[in-house]
Amino acid sequence: MRRAFLIAVPYIWLLLLFLVPFLIVLKISLSDVALARPPYMPQLDLSTGWDGIKAFFSELDFENFVFLTTDSLYWKSYLSSVKIAGLSTLITLCVGYPLAYGMARAPDEWRPTLLMLVILPFWTSFLIRVYSWMGILSTEGVLNSFLLWTGIIDEPLMIMNTPRAVYVGIVYTYLPFMVLPIYSALEKMDESLIEAAEDLGCSKLAAFWLVTWPLSKNGIIAGCFLVFIPALGEFVIPSLLGGSETLMIGKVLWEEFFNNRDWPVASAVAVILLLILIIPIVLFQRNEQKAREAEGQ
Amino acid sequence: MRRFSWFNATSLTIGFAFLYLPMVLLVIYSFNESRLVTVWAGFSTKWYGELLRDEAFLDAAWVTLKVGVFSSTLATLLGTMAAYVLVRAGRFHGRTLFSGMIYAPLVMPEVITGLSLLLLFIGIGLDRGVFTIVLAHTTFSMCYVSVVVSSRLTSFDRSLEEAALDLGCSPFEAFRLVTLPIIAPAVISGWLLAFTLSLDDLVIASFTTGPSATTLPIKIFSAVRLGVSPQINALSTILIGIVTVGVITASVITKRAAVAQARDEQAAARTE
Repeated sequence: MRRAFLIAVPYIWLLLLFLVPFLIVLKISLSDVALARPPYMPQLDLSTGWDGIKAFFSELDFENFVFLTTDSLYWKSYLSSVKIAGLSTLITLCVGYPLAYGMARAPDEWRPTLLMLVILPFWTSFLIRVYSWMGILSTEGVLNSFLLWTGIIDEPLMIMNTPRAVYVGIVYTYLPFMVLPIYSALEKMDESLIEAAEDLGCSKLAAFWLVTWPLSKNGIIAGCFLVFIPALGEFVIPSLLGGSETLMIGKVLWEEFFNNRDWPVASAVAVILLLILIIPIVLFQRNEQKAREAEGQ
Repeated sequence: MRRFSWFNATSLTIGFAFLYLPMVLLVIYSFNESRLVTVWAGFSTKWYGELLRDEAFLDAAWVTLKVGVFSSTLATLLGTMAAYVLVRAGRFHGRTLFSGMIYAPLVMPEVITGLSLLLLFIGIGLDRGVFTIVLAHTTFSMCYVSVVVSSRLTSFDRSLEEAALDLGCSPFEAFRLVTLPIIAPAVISGWLLAFTLSLDDLVIASFTTGPSATTLPIKIFSAVRLGVSPQINALSTILIGIVTVGVITASVITKRAAVAQARDEQAAARTE
């Protein structure tokens, strides 16, 4: 009895506020726009009984999904989201790996402090961290005035309101997600392995490439997924830093819903975004499982 | 003893400079007399004054705090229950769906969570405002809480609970007297995580709120959409300050607790 209660409460909560809403999105993505409140049709009318239900299902169709493939805005946004998320994941790896490596090889008494310094930004508002780059990257911003002052450039760089600013924003805000798994993989590593490799005639670089890099592989893969998956559906970064030039699907969904008030198309955009995300999510789960099994042995 | 190598020191310096420089600049410019970022017109706290006189910001801060406290408390309750079910309840019908629903919100893009909840609230004709944001925040943050708490539950020794039951505790007493104190640190960090997620959320709150409730992130977002705003610099500095003090205090407390525990364990070992 008590067990049933314990299961039922969170179960029903999640069914009502997670699963049902998602089914509603699925249903509306198959509906048509209408000038009504709510602005889509058909509406399910249970008062007419079984005929009403049949009529309801016969009116659902894949029109919105067909529309998404015909209008180039949508598939361009999906492609550019995948490109931006993928490339910024790689850049984050290049920035994050040396940092994680430096932390893992730091003197023992320094490590807790360094770890806290990486986690601290995570507790600070995401929105503020993105915002902080607006003053740096704009045409009259800190970066441009500094570079002009030193004479490295003659004309201000156009970074703000281009995809380049979005890359900077993603790398900056998701860096801790990359650093932490790599750090924990490197910290577990037995350093005598490096000494052994060097004793056996490896150069420092070869020892890194043949020993350290493969041993940190699980951390690297985990970090890449932790950056790529949220970056793909990102809304805040492209809308604050990207300007109108940057196409990302999270922003398109937002505008479709709030500016164009086309709920069926917004829902269809959401369904496809989720289908795209399923691939990296399944791969990520598998990698985690493998890592756990390897640890259990 | 180990030292920093030249390479490691450089990569740490560059990495942390990248992480902290933007925030340091934000703090510096919040004290700038001028509206422009590039012109230093002298030290001034006038933006803080303007911020604190702005009723809209104070209202938004109050709404955000209310939503944060309610949703994170509810999320901690539900998330701890969910964690207990995942780790202890064994097999039951629909267990796969249950664990799927716990993990899916963690990777769900915010725009989709927000959109789907909004469509639900409209579908059932619920007036949107503080209440609907609380529902939305509770739903996604309870999943984070349950992940944090379940990792603690799996790692602890179950025989302690069984011993309490053997000694005559009811299952509820065993939970209250044995399990809860052991998982308490995870429950507390779960609450803090849920609270931070709630304070931080822009996207889901924008979808699920109505005209009556504006949270701080929504206010900040609409203020900075068109460019840098000195008032927001001041607000950011205040928030960064609160977080820094909070995190440092928390780490000092946990460090002291760890030292005290180590001392107790040593003392216990001596008396044996």
